[in-house]
Amino acid sequence: MAEGLASTHEHPAHHPALQHHFENMEQQREAGTLGMWVFLVTEIMFFGGMFLAYTLYRYRYPAAFVSASNHLDITLGAVNTGVLIVSSFTMAMAVYATQVGKRQITIICLILTMILGAAFLGIKAVEYREKYRDSLVPGRLIPWRPFNPEVAKPGEKDPHKLHLIEGANVRNVELFYWIYFAMTGMHALHMIIGLGIMTVILIMAWRGRFSPEYHAPVEISGLYWHFVDIVWIFLFPLLYLLGRHLEGH
Amino acid sequence: MSEHIVQPRIYITIFLALMVGTAITVLAAFVDFPGPLNAVVALTIAVIKATLVVLYFMHVRYSGRLIWLVILAALLWLAIMFAITFSDYWTRMWQPPF
Repeated sequence: MAEGLASTHEHPAHHPALQHHFENMEQQREAGTLGMWVFLVTEIMFFGGMFLAYTLYRYRYPAAFVSASNHLDITLGAVNTGVLIVSSFTMAMAVYATQVGKRQITIICLILTMILGAAFLGIKAVEYREKYRDSLVPGRLIPWRPFNPEVAKPGEKDPHKLHLIEGANVRNVELFYWIYFAMTGMHALHMIIGLGIMTVILIMAWRGRFSPEYHAPVEISGLYWHFVDIVWIFLFPLLYLLGRHLEGH
Repeated sequence: MSEHIVQPRIYITIFLALMVGTAITVLAAFVDFPGPLNAVVALTIAVIKATLVVLYFMHVRYSGRLIWLVILAALLWLAIMFAITFSDYWTRMWQPPF
């Protein structure tokens, strides 16, 4: 990187993006990356608390959690997992493109990442609407439609109704949906914030602010985006998949 | 330490591995494994997928020891939170666990 600095500047004293409290671009980039990781540690602990609550109550009310989990739409959940993985890939490619100085590819990859992120939120909204339709939004979060799902009779196939397996209790199904909406809601909020960050990065890339010497903002935003992907990598099996083998029991 | 540029070839490989992992975890969910193995299989695949994202998409494999230390510290504190909470719930035998 050092030779690139010397050749592209009339005054090779320092890169214009170098803050005065850093020795060089390399140190500045590493400090930024470290700072992002420390922030992500707080995020791990934040989501960790919710994963802990999930684990405790799943352990306590296994039948209710399986019944509630099996009502979720596994197809939409799986498609959304794929959408997020592709978006992580395009994000990684955006970082690569800035590292090798290809501005157009960076912009295309960032736009693709944002489209995929928006698609994820759209699919999530469809799922939330289904839960609203089936009166599965917990408590009185929706004042005019409190938690009150129709329970299917044994042998009944209606997909809109809740199928309780043996030993399951509707009150504990409601507990699952509190956890479901808290975790997927916080995850969706992180996606929305991620889209905001990507908008800023896209504008900066558009204005030609990044180069092989200076691309830390793309890299650091990428870390955030991948972290949100990782949260979903755990949410998908825990919320949608566990207990599927007991469907119809 | 100078920056390591991860090549697209590696990103594509990791991307394909993540997609295959997702397909396997969905298929495995419908198989009736004995005991708690369904949860073990689902979590093992999730941990492998997350590790691939951290090591390659997030470049940790090519990062310095300081980054590794920060991540290990996070995992340690997460483990402490789970371990101490469960040690409480699982040992209050004189009353129902919740």
